[in-house]
Amino acid sequence: MNLALSDEQELLREAARGTLSRVKTVEAAREALEDESARPDLWPTAVDAGWPGLLISELHGGAELGAFDAMLVAEECGRVLAPVPLLGLLPATSILDAAGHDSLPAVAAGELRPAYVPARPPSDLEPRWTVQPRSGAGRADAPRAVVDGDAVVLDGAVWFVPDLPGAGLLVVVAATEQGEPVAVALASDVDGVEIESLWRYDATRPLGHVTFSGARGTRLEVDDEVIADAWYLAHALIAAESIGAVQTCLDVSVEYAKERHTFGRAIGSYQSIKHELTEILRRLENARGLQYYAGWARASAPEEFPLAASAARSAAGEALDFAARAMINVHGGIGATWEHDAPLFFRRAELSRRLLGGTRDATDRVAAETLRTARAPA
Amino acid sequence: MDLDDTPEQAEFRAHARAWLDEHKLRAPPRSGSSEDPDYIGARRAWQRRLAEAGLAGVTWPKEYGGQGLGPIEQVTANQEIQRAGVPGILDVIGVGMLGPCLIAHGSGQQKSRYLGPLLHGDEVWCQLFSEPAAGSDLAAVQTRARQSEDGRFTLNGQKVWTTNAQFASYGMLLARTDPDVPKHKGLTMFVVPMDGPGVTVRGLRQISGEAEFNEVFFDDVVVEADAVVGGIGNGWGAAMTILMFERLTIGFGSENFGSPAALAQAMAGDEAACQDAEMRTRLGHVMTELIAVRFNGYRMLTQLLRGQIPGPEAGLAKVTMVNAAITATDLGADIVGPDGLAADSNWSYLISFLPGLKSAGGTEQILRNTIGERVLGLPSEPRLDKGVPFSELRALETQGAAR
Repeated sequence: MNLALSDEQELLREAARGTLSRVKTVEAAREALEDESARPDLWPTAVDAGWPGLLISELHGGAELGAFDAMLVAEECGRVLAPVPLLGLLPATSILDAAGHDSLPAVAAGELRPAYVPARPPSDLEPRWTVQPRSGAGRADAPRAVVDGDAVVLDGAVWFVPDLPGAGLLVVVAATEQGEPVAVALASDVDGVEIESLWRYDATRPLGHVTFSGARGTRLEVDDEVIADAWYLAHALIAAESIGAVQTCLDVSVEYAKERHTFGRAIGSYQSIKHELTEILRRLENARGLQYYAGWARASAPEEFPLAASAARSAAGEALDFAARAMINVHGGIGATWEHDAPLFFRRAELSRRLLGGTRDATDRVAAETLRTARAPA
Repeated sequence: MDLDDTPEQAEFRAHARAWLDEHKLRAPPRSGSSEDPDYIGARRAWQRRLAEAGLAGVTWPKEYGGQGLGPIEQVTANQEIQRAGVPGILDVIGVGMLGPCLIAHGSGQQKSRYLGPLLHGDEVWCQLFSEPAAGSDLAAVQTRARQSEDGRFTLNGQKVWTTNAQFASYGMLLARTDPDVPKHKGLTMFVVPMDGPGVTVRGLRQISGEAEFNEVFFDDVVVEADAVVGGIGNGWGAAMTILMFERLTIGFGSENFGSPAALAQAMAGDEAACQDAEMRTRLGHVMTELIAVRFNGYRMLTQLLRGQIPGPEAGLAKVTMVNAAITATDLGADIVGPDGLAADSNWSYLISFLPGLKSAGGTEQILRNTIGERVLGLPSEPRLDKGVPFSELRALETQGAAR
């Protein structure tokens, strides 16, 4: 039994914190709301730190670390709202690595940035591979793949893809006419690929819509499990980012509750404030416990990773929803002003809960996995 | 990062499993009525066998009948007991909390007299702390201990919420020896024989109709001078030791709390429930919380293995556990309908039991106060009782109410 960080993991985390502290990322998050060019380009920072190769095997030039290590880096990014494109990057490198793709040395070296174009694995109530629709609460079909040997022709669209703008290589999850998943690699500038860059509400998170019209790519030879795993890896990463953001919401709010006085007392002495802050801590600790579960499961019990990553995202996503609002409440009116940091974490919460199927889909997946296990013959 | 046994732990697990496989057919049922003397007798005998097999009091020093091993081995033993489908020890409070308090604060004579029979279930113990007017504010206990010139003490007062008092041989009692000093300072811990003259135990019926707790009355109960544990006036320190071990005890046994497997089976067996979006959301939330508690338990074990003692943040797990269990049982019964409340339903007992559990071992509100102050470092609520002799508090409270 050992659920503690190793010395190497402590170092990885400290190094990430140190690196990110050299850029005023939270201030930039505010400025970028009015001027997108104020968003710092942290890709060179990520490359210097070796993050593109985190999950790539040593054979292909990477560091061959685990999902838990990647989550530690994502947590540090979330803590300061740093726009490092891990959500798009790491699930893509995971699929590329499993396929032993030619691009890996360039990806690990940071010369080529890939982006994961996600599709949601089927569940008990939804037999198709699906993507989030452009609008509405339903689900759209994943892009259609017509496979001919190694060559694949793609048609369809995927909306609100994290970190898509500027990516050189797309790792697309599509489905054949028979509904089988296919992972496809293609350059972002080939014929038949159209990318629209955008962001919504949280300027630290570049998004993109991508449309495929007969676009030609290469089939990545990987098992279905690898394709599904990328979806859950993205969930685990968004959970870790949220955990970092919750920690900041808590730290800043606690400091303010100690300093701000009303009726002759620090407001943190009032139970109403104290209990709200304790509730952030309770949710944070639960999410952290699940972060360990997700990290352990991906390395040691992959069959539990869908449950673990979904539970982590559900707990961390709801923790951030709660913490970001509590941060505003504890600060009073000042917490709802443009100049304050609280609204930036609130923006992060509001967007995160609606990306990649949304927090609610992760909660439903916990139910689906629980029911699947309960139905399985012992 | 791993959840694996070390070779030594694996060996201990194999020993526990082999012993349980061989003896589990002779174990009593896991549940029965605490008012049935035959059942309690069988559970005491089973506790003796577990202790002799080295599966109870695992963390106790060898000289007192324990195994001198770490918390991980106790958790391993508990896991294997659970897996074998047999009950654990009867006297969880005695072995988990009161015995360790005696080991920490008791005299040599107290240890040699009490610890062996306690561990082996020959003498069950109960914890006499809470009173009608002292729960969250435990240091407000009014039960009075007056010392005579011959050194003996006379006890008067009332305790409440006392588990196992109806068949306990001894109780560990927190009483006030000096009302003229601030309230935390005038307290003393005593060992009290439960069969002595003046001790009256009365069952306390709860929502379910069962009496799992008791009220205990002390009318001029006389105990010897050597009944004091840890010295006169040091009762609060001894009580804190017990509450620390209480946190450990909760952490050691929380893995299956809330019956996640039973809930999953119940829902999987009802196709309409499986299709119901709202029920799925509730299931997703409650499973998320219960798994989080399990992994935070593993994190706590990791701390213990590194020689760190869990702090008050462990109380958060209790808050999550109880609320998740309430959500789980409500959902379980909702899947069934009104028959979920029938006397023989899996859920009705828990539905009745859990509201009271919210206050057991500290109300949710007092736990949040403690965690806010001791973990987050928030300032404490201004209080009227600081530095005031206990005997003057009542007058102050009356004034406060009038202001």
